[in-house]
Amino acid sequence: MFRRQILKSIGVAGLALATGISAASAQEVVKVGLILPMTGPSASTGRQIEAGVRLWMAQNGTTVAGKKIEIIIKDDTGAADQSKRLATELVVNDKVAFLAGFGLTPLALAVGPVASQAKVPAVIMAAGTSTIVASSPYFVRTSFTLPQNTAPMAQWSAANNIKTVVTLVSDYGPGLDSEKAFKAEFEGKGGKVLDTLRAPMMNPEFAAFLQKAKDLKPDALFLFVPSGQGASLMKQVGERELAKAGIKIIGTGDVTDDDQLNGMGDALIGMITSHNYSAAHDSPENKAYVAAFLKANNNMRPNFMSVGGFDGMAAIYKALEKTKGDTDGTKLVEAMKGLALVSPRGPISIDATTRDITQNVYVREVKKVDGQLYNVEFATIPNVKGSN
Amino acid sequence: MLTILLDGIAYGMLLFILAVGLCVTLGLMNFINLAHGTFAMAGGYLTITLMQKAGVPFLWCLPAAFIFAAVLGLVLERTLYRHLYDKTHLDQVLFSIGLVFISIAVVDYAYGANQQIVNLPDYLTGRFSFLGASIGVYRVFVIAICGLLVVSLQLVLTMTRFGSRLRAAVDDGRVARGMGIDVTRIFAVTFAVGSGLAGLGGALGTGIISFDPTFPLKYMIYFLIVISVGGTTTITGPFLAAILLGVADVAGKYYVPAVGGFIIYTIMVVVLIVRPQGLFARAAAK
Repeated sequence: MFRRQILKSIGVAGLALATGISAASAQEVVKVGLILPMTGPSASTGRQIEAGVRLWMAQNGTTVAGKKIEIIIKDDTGAADQSKRLATELVVNDKVAFLAGFGLTPLALAVGPVASQAKVPAVIMAAGTSTIVASSPYFVRTSFTLPQNTAPMAQWSAANNIKTVVTLVSDYGPGLDSEKAFKAEFEGKGGKVLDTLRAPMMNPEFAAFLQKAKDLKPDALFLFVPSGQGASLMKQVGERELAKAGIKIIGTGDVTDDDQLNGMGDALIGMITSHNYSAAHDSPENKAYVAAFLKANNNMRPNFMSVGGFDGMAAIYKALEKTKGDTDGTKLVEAMKGLALVSPRGPISIDATTRDITQNVYVREVKKVDGQLYNVEFATIPNVKGSN
Repeated sequence: MLTILLDGIAYGMLLFILAVGLCVTLGLMNFINLAHGTFAMAGGYLTITLMQKAGVPFLWCLPAAFIFAAVLGLVLERTLYRHLYDKTHLDQVLFSIGLVFISIAVVDYAYGANQQIVNLPDYLTGRFSFLGASIGVYRVFVIAICGLLVVSLQLVLTMTRFGSRLRAAVDDGRVARGMGIDVTRIFAVTFAVGSGLAGLGGALGTGIISFDPTFPLKYMIYFLIVISVGGTTTITGPFLAAILLGVADVAGKYYVPAVGGFIIYTIMVVVLIVRPQGLFARAAAK
């Protein structure tokens, strides 16, 4: 890798000399360093975000405010120490103007100090724990937060004759965030959370937790697992026949991830989730987005991670336009504050004080449309804040 | 209560089938094969491919997975593993962990890192009531198949000519060779059967767990716990250990969800302190 880069720069330098063009007069390049899990258990997140970023660049060109945008993708395999090392490398060696990506909460948190020290804006395109953005003044988020996506589910449940709920979440930051947000909102509206179950992150067997939930006989079971892990959980939910026992399955849209939904089988039909994006979102922007995405990615369906990448890139472009190509980190973060966009998921904006995303959250039901499973939206909670 | 017990037994049985091949190579052939999970993954992914792409019925996938993993095991044994039989354990560990990473990369490249799922045929899904407990059909199916395998493995090892030759070859390879036993072939066959069983376990596992390329690493810990708790000198030791761990894991998560995930490790630590040779192994066994 290193050697190739050195060779490349020698080649470029040679070319510049040979053609008599001095480096200064060539078009200036603004580099965006994307740190994503491209391999390992969260690889689907990385691939979706990369596809979203590339789609934005294909549709909007690679020149902004007279500068050429270049992306550098680094694979952190989902390990936080790697994210930190790669971020440092990108800042020091590649002199990137933006860091972006961050597939999971710990990965984003590891990069925070690097962004703060180097004064480089870091655009969070995936990680969803609410506290991340506050950990560095250079964080800006274009994905979602767990409380943002969870609270509407609790409101909907309370309003739709669900009195008792058992929650089952993955035992890590976003899972606990989601559990807390659901419990607070649901009990605030008069519901009762019978038990809060937490499954270990690397948990292959959910039987015991699901049986426990079944035996508690709640009106509904609230589920959260990270994107990409919903398949195994839902298989066991189906096997345990909770629906037949009269227990409604509800959750955040992470479980019914568009990327995998189709493979999860008809057992999911009827599941109610709340989330910020569905590939079935009914808007002209989204129809165009999904069509272009499917075409560019060998029919891979875009999920909520991909719009995080797509909109993150949009925010980077808009910020550069606003600063007229100035790559000073502090100015770029200022430029992104208060930014409003029409995204494939609907209207979104970056909150001027928290730098977190404000967006619509939708309540959806899993339905079969043209032989494929989709999250079909049926209610909208407008302008939900990412964090306070 | 009965539901939890049966869930735990089914999970334990699955762990046993996945791990038994490792117990054979480690205990009988004295070879540390950390890449054992690779064969289970091969069986699992073969099942997924056959069912999703070719529409092969699930029950046919089980023998297919066994044969595929066994052949894969045989080929690797003949080409790679046999060179390491008389190397140190460190070499074996380094070699087999390298194999794990290769297999992860290969599967990632071919299938992507997503979790893969199969949908079981209708007659294996669903639940029925038994003595007031609700029991999953598939779990009973897993228990039945694994139970049969345990009995036949034990019979083959103790009652047949092949079994006694294998034990002879393990006890003292040189003498066994001198007695005219083809030790090389016996080891090759044993290795292949062990791999095949892992493949079968992988295929059965598709109904309960889901597969992603990190499977061999994720489950290696469970295999090693089963082996270390059960000891490696018998088949029954790891079997009982696997059942114990399966039941403890499921029951622990059910009754004390707060610490449920750690129970399996606590048991291992306690067993290793009290009986380092394994719970069911003879104390003097080598």
